[in-house]
Amino acid sequence: MKEATVRIAQLSCGPEYSGVQKEIYTAAEAVGAEVFFPDLSLADIRRNFRDFGLDVKSGDLKLAIARAVALVEGAAEADAVFIASCFRCAEAAIVRNELRRYIHEHSKLPVVSYSFTERTTSGTLLTRMEALTTIARRRALLARERQTGLTMGVDSGSSTTKAVIMQDNEIIGTGWRPTTEVLNSSDEVIALALEEAGVKRDDLDAIGTTGYGRFLIGERIGADLIQEELTVNSKGAVFLADCQHGPSTVIDIGGMDNKAISVLDGIPGTFTMGGICAGASGRFLEMTAKRLGVDITELGPLAMKGMGEGVPMNSYCIVFGTQSLVNALAEGHSKEDVAAAACHSVAEQVFEQQLQEIDIKEPVVMVGGTSLIQGLVRAMGNLLQTEIVVPHHSQYIGSVGAALLSSGFVEKN
Amino acid sequence: MAKVFIYPATSLILSDLVARFGHKPLGTALSIRERIQTAGLDSPPLQMTPDDAKKGLKWAAVEVPSGVRGRMSLFGPLIDQAEAAIIVNNPDFAFGCMGCARTDELVEFLVKQKNIPILELSYPADEDEGIIFVRKVRDFLTSLGGNS
Repeated sequence: MKEATVRIAQLSCGPEYSGVQKEIYTAAEAVGAEVFFPDLSLADIRRNFRDFGLDVKSGDLKLAIARAVALVEGAAEADAVFIASCFRCAEAAIVRNELRRYIHEHSKLPVVSYSFTERTTSGTLLTRMEALTTIARRRALLARERQTGLTMGVDSGSSTTKAVIMQDNEIIGTGWRPTTEVLNSSDEVIALALEEAGVKRDDLDAIGTTGYGRFLIGERIGADLIQEELTVNSKGAVFLADCQHGPSTVIDIGGMDNKAISVLDGIPGTFTMGGICAGASGRFLEMTAKRLGVDITELGPLAMKGMGEGVPMNSYCIVFGTQSLVNALAEGHSKEDVAAAACHSVAEQVFEQQLQEIDIKEPVVMVGGTSLIQGLVRAMGNLLQTEIVVPHHSQYIGSVGAALLSSGFVEKN
Repeated sequence: MAKVFIYPATSLILSDLVARFGHKPLGTALSIRERIQTAGLDSPPLQMTPDDAKKGLKWAAVEVPSGVRGRMSLFGPLIDQAEAAIIVNNPDFAFGCMGCARTDELVEFLVKQKNIPILELSYPADEDEGIIFVRKVRDFLTSLGGNS
């Protein structure tokens, strides 16, 4: 049966003049959603803008504010909200941030915001749009708190592929491999997880896939659930961290991009995804480990012994970050201090570029492979002035979320 | 007949006034119509593409937000042609709006750089001011050699 179209309200300034409005429409259409601009009378625009109280000068931003108020007050109806404005516009950044917060606090509408350039493509927007539609469409499924039956989740990430087998709310098998050829890597991790669990493929009641390779793998193995990683990872994180009720914040520093998700009762409210450069991702830490001559698993303990404050390090760009790394070692700084500085630099990039775009609410849960690098977790905790929670199996978060959510298909199957 | 750039460029009232006095109004309606009528493009709603933001580099540097550059690709050629200009400050939404305050600032600056006759007015607050407003526009347009 065809799913109902999800209506996404667009609050924006500039995409039509930047030539990217069509990309927004294309991304929405690809996930069965429709982007629309809430209609308002001139009197409502004036009243809503005045009542909101943020006296910006740009007409399109005034309109975005008026539309946001209409959505919150119920004068305009939507299933989700997409806020977009030009990259590098300070006035728009203030509006984007305040509207995201306002809608999140005063409604149940899922919100995503994005700052675009003329180079933004529908591909960049696809996962964000997919997450918006998933939250709107699958609220009941996302509310699932217990895994039932025998299910498998496969997470095909940019750096690693993971599989988890769960039975009756417990993890009974795991598999992990670096991602090379997407299908081969998934075959390998599935075989590892099945072997550890002591079950056969045919025994599985349901399968879920997530991550970059989710469609390819999902189609190949006949997955019941193929879902983007923003909603799946949030679910896996709150499940493993045992904070399924109330607010929480999930940070996933991945190999290629980062996710920061503000979660309420296990369902994402606002989220950001991306990263300016690989310098703000796990990739930079891999490079650091390689340059220091240690395995990535040793980088965390090494950083815990070091003091990064004395080492100048800026991984805003991975090339300049690597230069800082080489310079620091040439200046005689210890491996421990350099490792700590690298962790601090990555944490700082994520803090400055992404965590500013969501509301940080405790507990803060760090997941993904990089959450096993203790130095990075400590650096993030220092920046946020909070104790970061790293749940067990945190590197398998996407697979756990997929296994948990796919159990919603067990009875159907 | 003079080519008169109007600001806000979307103002139909200004456009109409300029045309009534025998001049050619340079406003957005013109450039948008050209785009929408161009066959072979499919980039709704304004038929603008990422190339337009690049064309805007003639008037604004690459560090300027893409929305400003895209708008400048519409307004810039109009400013280049302008022989006179009417600028209305702080207009009401309904009078005409160019969407982006940063573009407004740049457009106004570039118009003033041209050393062409400019009429700068405040948006009228009541009917009396409205009458004075229209009278000033009429006098300005007449001084350019248009219909009286």
